[in-house]
Amino acid sequence: MDIRKIGTAGTMESSDIMITIMKNKGTGTEIQLTSSVEKQYGRKIREVIRETLAELGVENALVTAVDKGALDCTIRARVKTAAYRACESQEFKWGAKEG
Amino acid sequence: MKQLRRTMLYVPGNNPGMIRDAYIYGSDSIMFDLEDSVSVDQKDSARFLVYEALHTIDYGNKEMVVRINAPDTKTGIDDLEAMVRTRKVVIRLPKTETAEDVLECEKQIERIERENGIPAGSTRMMAAIESARGVLNAEKIAFSSKRLTGIALGAEDFVTDLKTNRSPEGIELLFARSMILLAARAAGIDAIDTVYSDVNNEEGLRKETQIIKQLGFDGKSVINPRQIKPVCEIYTPTEKEIKKSLAVMEAIEEAHHKGSGVIALNGKMIDKPIVERAQHVLDLARAVGAIDKEESDK
Repeated sequence: MDIRKIGTAGTMESSDIMITIMKNKGTGTEIQLTSSVEKQYGRKIREVIRETLAELGVENALVTAVDKGALDCTIRARVKTAAYRACESQEFKWGAKEG
Repeated sequence: MKQLRRTMLYVPGNNPGMIRDAYIYGSDSIMFDLEDSVSVDQKDSARFLVYEALHTIDYGNKEMVVRINAPDTKTGIDDLEAMVRTRKVVIRLPKTETAEDVLECEKQIERIERENGIPAGSTRMMAAIESARGVLNAEKIAFSSKRLTGIALGAEDFVTDLKTNRSPEGIELLFARSMILLAARAAGIDAIDTVYSDVNNEEGLRKETQIIKQLGFDGKSVINPRQIKPVCEIYTPTEKEIKKSLAVMEAIEEAHHKGSGVIALNGKMIDKPIVERAQHVLDLARAVGAIDKEESDK
């Protein structure tokens, strides 16, 4: 998916994460993270963001993330929402995961 | 043991903190809402959040329900595409007015199951009735699909449709409640009562729960975790009821042992409805730990 505009998702409330995605003028994906638990979980949060973008086929993204203690599933959900919005796509790809 | 539905906790679908904590409060069912509690511009966000949470958070043996948007809209179809694939939720239809509403939604579910190798018929449904037309069609709705586990009353929209409002006594809901209950019982599915909106009025909640329990409802939707305990307490059988039910089951066991067809307890004949009621009392008692499984299975 190609980034066409700035896409945001999430809130600044506790347990959430605010994600903003735009096209990175440089090459590759860059993540600017602010989190009160950055020392403990910063690496993990960045990893989840990168993996989720890779899964969607989104490249060269500049991601701003303000974390308020979000679980991995919340991070994935917010990144996906922001990415689809940034790519102006509504062709959601749901994996048929095993229950 | 039958799935109990004494309390179904509403959880707004776009609130990560509430979705994370929903399982700790002890409701029988948890209902993630993608419909009225989510603003139009956040429907995509809530759908992703609920989908990811269902794949990550272990909700144990709780019944998980998702209220989708109207299935004749793109938003509703997108909700179904995501939620049916999780294989973990009962789909709750909002504002059901006719049997066709259920069947149209079922068609979409069937297609998604087929396209994704999900066993046909494994996705269950529940229908919320929230209008005069829906109440008048309650019987047809209740019998419309084998996937239905229950029908529920949504009173806020219903009283607006009636051009009235909700009173503390709930007289305006009596016909709708009775109609929905009869339809559900005739079809052999559950009947779930509407929410009690004033979360600060516990006395009012208790009174309303006593009424709907006496009418025969299986339980009630709740909008705040604080409402779970009062509702469960009202649905908890008394010690006397439990003792009587255990005695009924023991008498049945003894009669079977002796090969006797006629069963009596303290000089009174015990027939099928009495046994069914006793079993239901013991199911409710077991759910709150008032008796253990072995005791009720004696």
